[in-house]
Formats: sequence, structure tokens, C-alpha cells
Amino acid sequence: MSEIRNFTMNFGPQHPAAHGVLRLILELDGETVVRADPHVGLLHRATEKLAESKPFNHSIGYMDRLDYVSMMCSEHAYVMAIEKLLNIEAPERALWIRTMFDEITRILNHLMWIGSNALDLGAMAVFLYAFRERESLLDVYEAVSGTRMHATYYRPGGVYRDLPEEMPKLAESPWRKGKDLERMNEWRQGSMLDFIEAFTDDFFDRVDDYETLLTDNRIWKQRTVGIGAVNPDRALQLGFTGPMLRGCGVEWDQRKKQPYAKYREVDFDIPVGTNGDCYDRYLVRVEEMRQSARIIKQCIAWLRENPGPVIVRNFKVAPPTREEMKDDMEALIHHFKLFTEGYCVPEGETYASVEAPKGEFGCYLVSDGANKPFRVHLRAPGYAHLSSMNEMAKGHMLADIAALIATQDIVFGEIDR
Amino acid sequence: MTQYSSRNQALAQSLSDILGERIASMSEHRGQLTVEIPRDHWLDAAWLLRDEPELAFEQLLDLCGIDYLGYGDDEWETAEATGQGYSRAADELGPGRFSWEERPEAGEFPNRFAAVVHLLSLKHNRRLRMRCYAPDNEFPMLPSLIEVWNSVNWYEREAFDLFGIVFEGHPDLRRIMTDYGFIGHPFRKDFPLIGNVTVRYDEDKGRVVYEPVEIEPRVTVARVVRRDSRYVDDKLEGTGS
Repeated sequence: MSEIRNFTMNFGPQHPAAHGVLRLILELDGETVVRADPHVGLLHRATEKLAESKPFNHSIGYMDRLDYVSMMCSEHAYVMAIEKLLNIEAPERALWIRTMFDEITRILNHLMWIGSNALDLGAMAVFLYAFRERESLLDVYEAVSGTRMHATYYRPGGVYRDLPEEMPKLAESPWRKGKDLERMNEWRQGSMLDFIEAFTDDFFDRVDDYETLLTDNRIWKQRTVGIGAVNPDRALQLGFTGPMLRGCGVEWDQRKKQPYAKYREVDFDIPVGTNGDCYDRYLVRVEEMRQSARIIKQCIAWLRENPGPVIVRNFKVAPPTREEMKDDMEALIHHFKLFTEGYCVPEGETYASVEAPKGEFGCYLVSDGANKPFRVHLRAPGYAHLSSMNEMAKGHMLADIAALIATQDIVFGEIDR
Repeated sequence: MTQYSSRNQALAQSLSDILGERIASMSEHRGQLTVEIPRDHWLDAAWLLRDEPELAFEQLLDLCGIDYLGYGDDEWETAEATGQGYSRAADELGPGRFSWEERPEAGEFPNRFAAVVHLLSLKHNRRLRMRCYAPDNEFPMLPSLIEVWNSVNWYEREAFDLFGIVFEGHPDLRRIMTDYGFIGHPFRKDFPLIGNVTVRYDEDKGRVVYEPVEIEPRVTVARVVRRDSRYVDDKLEGTGS
């Protein structure tokens, strides 16, 4: 009789369920996974080293490109670190805007996740619905920053500009005309806040729609219940944060425990799972979408009532307006200095973190007093999650690997940096 | 004992009670506490930090390497006026163009490489940063924390890959970010930003070949250090609430 040996195979780096460029080396005993060894770094761009070679503000755009489905949250950690070292504080309105956009980003991220997770496990429809809603939110990104994804909207000392008075309308085109166009532009008649409000009012029903497709779906439960279960102690040991940690029943959310921006002043709940399997993590993320919509509504109410500056009036870190620059010698000098040299950040080190949709996104910043950071280190939540792949996958079937990658909400932009 | 902000007072007290002489120094900056721990105590301090109920740092969030070569060095003389015009953007100096022994600004750092760890205690809802300098600049080596916090696994691999810090006792210290067969440690300050080799596919040879880089390094904005007081003193004028 011939010898029976374990079989080693490559999963990725060009597998559609690998969520990017993950090369996973699997050792299989029949169809059971014995060992999983993720090889990462195929998307490594040395963002941290690049940031060392540029003035502080130039790297904000790189932050968008880390976790490219939760763009503004990464920006938030980076600008918060700079603000801490500069010892400045953004105006109140800017903090509310940041809170609102962090939550919009959370919805964007979770929509992407629910769509691709369902697709990986064989449910096509959810993906289409989720992307319909994502489109509206990407339009919000575009309206406020000019780009759909890589916004570069947050700045040290506030945000780049105030919310637009008018929501841009869709133009007529061969595939978008007549009644269709009217319906699509219905929400876009007023300001951007009106649009976001109409969206969030509608969004609770949309989340219910996704749930009718998945929550009690027999196939969905067969693929997720009891898969990749992690107990709370192991979750802490493995460095889990965000929904991955809360799915295991650990009630830890930085927005509640160590609030930043305006999270202290908004009302929301933290969903927590019990079993720590893929299904619980699914339930946690779905509920988080509803809570985000709740936070957004509170932000809209505040932002409507309270106009004001959105960035500090300090020309050492934020540029003067065009009018001032053309009018005033001093402002012109400040403008020139800021755009040719940037600003020098006082010597010191700091760590600033936010509750990004995937977990704790942190930025460790060391400055030696120069106009460029001495060292930037970015703590990506997905990095710790993926490193636990071996432990989570052991003993599961090959088909469950897709469920595990999907439940970890892997994005290679942030893991490889 | 030095005074710490009310938020950190209790933590600083229990740290010095429990860790005692294992702490080389403790400091607070912008409300965040940092302890420096010598290499010999790195591991036993970690066990205490995790297991003592008064500290209870259950989670290691992050470990990263730092290379202090070139700290505080600039490419542009700002202290006094110059008659040399634009060329005062000194091109012959800069990280990588001098060694650790000949560094122009000898800061307060005892060694070139260090590992920085960020800890989180869910029980007490507080954070701590700790740092350990690797005593040998040529062959930096630190004990691995993998037994204490399993999450450090990939972070130590990353610090090894990018900075060449070897973690003693790590079961699987492979490169993680760089290419298979990569030479050098790219995040060291003396590793050029543009790299040393380029990769391309050679039609004739029918395989991928490595060649020396052809592009020139370029600095668009000079590195400037200004140690004036305007940022340091209190709040800036006109900042928010």
C-alpha cells in the first residue's frame, strides 16, 4: 500500500476569495486543514518609510490607501497623532464632522464586508444590494472631498473644508434618464446633510433587507455557525480588536471606553456576541451598521444647528483662505512657508488610535522636531487578525478557509502597508 | 518621585511598586506614560505587567522597531543666517551618510535600535508604552515576548525583517514584508529610500532578473528642524474650545 501523506497547496495569491494578495499555504489531511501559513507582504509599499521622507501633511493621502475601504478612519488616527504632538485641538464643528464621517466610513466598510462575505459563501444578491447603498455614500465622499475613495479630507487642526450647501445631482446619460433619474435625484434636492439624513432614514430598512437574506438562511448558518470560534481569553492573547473581539463577548469599544472626537456626546449601543464564531461576528457587524446610522443622525442634528469654523485659524498649521492670502502680506508668507516647508512638530512621541471598522487602528508617531516625522508606525487591526489564521483554521475544512478570511475582514492595504 | 498627571498617577505608582528596579526610567509626554526597561529585565517585566492584577495588561496591541540613527539631524541649517543661498541644503549629510558613532546630533539614546511596545489593559482601561534598547548596535538582539503575549508573533517578525532586530526565542523568525530572498533591512535609516535593486522580467533569459537601481534619490522638501518655542508653549492662539 502506498504511503498516505499530507497535501500542501497554495491558496492565492490570485484567488477571488483571498480578498487581495494573500498567499496562504495550506497543509491538508484530506480536506481538513492541518496548518495554515499566510504569506503577506505582496502589497508592501513601505508607507511608513515613505512618510519619513515627506512633510507631515503629504502623508495624509497615504493613510487612505492603507485600509482602502475605511479611508477616513485611518486618516483620523494619523491627524490625531499630529494634533497631540502639536498640542492643538480641532474646532467643535470639525470634531462633529469627523464623528459623522467615521460612522459613514464604518457603514461603507461593513457594506463591503457583508457583500463580499456573502459572495464568498455563495450568496450573490447581498453583494449587489450592498453595493447599491455603498454608491450613495461614496457620492457623499465625493461631494465633500472631491474624490470617491481617497479623500485626504481630515487635516491636523480640523477638516479641509465645510460640508457643501448643495448635494451634486446626477446628470442625464443614456443609461440614466427620465423617471429613473428623477427618482435617483429625489434625495439630492437639498444640502448634503439632507441627503445623508434621507439615506440614514432609509438605511434601517435596507439593513433589515440584508438580514432577511442571511440571518435565518439555512445555508448561511451552516457555513458560519460554529466556524472559527475563538474564546475571549485567546482573542485577547491574539491581539483581536473591534468586531472580532466583541464577537467573542468582550465588551470593548474605544468609542465608549476611551472616547475621542465627539463620541462622548452621542448615544449608541455596543453589540456583543457570545460564541465568538463567524455567525456572531456577522450579527455584531450588522448591528453596528444600525448603530452607526443612529450616530450619524445625531451628528446631522448638531451640525444643522451649529455653524462655525471647521479648521483652526492658525496659519502655522492650516493655510489662510485664498482671499486673505491675496490681501495680506503676512498671510501670503504663511501660505508660502506652509506649502514649501510644512510645519515643524515639536520633539516627542505619541500613540493615537481610533476604533476603525475593523478594530483598533493606531498611529505611533515619533518627531525629532523636524517638518517630517522621524518614525511613523501604523498599527493595523487586520495584521493581528490574520496572524491568528493558523489557530483559527486548524481542524476546519478547506471550504471554511473562505469563511474565515471573510470574517476577519481582511484588506491587504493595511496589512502589508 | 516625579509628578504625573492625575490620570497616570496611580499607574505610575503601581508600576514602580511592582517592577521596582526593572524600570530604567519612566516618563510622561502628552498624557502618555512610557517606561524604559533594560534588556535583561524585558521578559520578566512583561510577565509581571500581564499577570499582576494591579497592572493587568492583557493585550499587546503593537510592537515596532525604531532606528535612532539620524535623530534630530536636518538637511538645512536654520540656526543662523547663511551666505551660501539655496545650496545650504546640505547634500553631503543625511541619514545613511554617516555611522552611528559619527552621528552629528548625539541625542540621549544609548543605542541605535529599540523595540517599542504598546500595551492595553481592558480591566483598568489604560495604556502603557514600553521601550527596550538593543545593547549591540551591530547585532541587535532582544528576548522575544511571544510566550507572554502571542499577538507579538508577526510584530516581531516585522521588526526583524525591517530593522534586523533578532528576537531570541521566537519560534519562526522569518521575513514577512519583503520579498523572498531579500537582502538588507529596509527600514533602517541607512537603507536608501529608492532601494538597492530593481526587478524586471528579462525576455531573453526568460526569467526575472535583479539589477542595481538606476534612478537618483531626490529630496523635494528639505528636512528642517526648528526648535522654536511657538509650538511648545501652551496652546496655540486661535485653537478650538
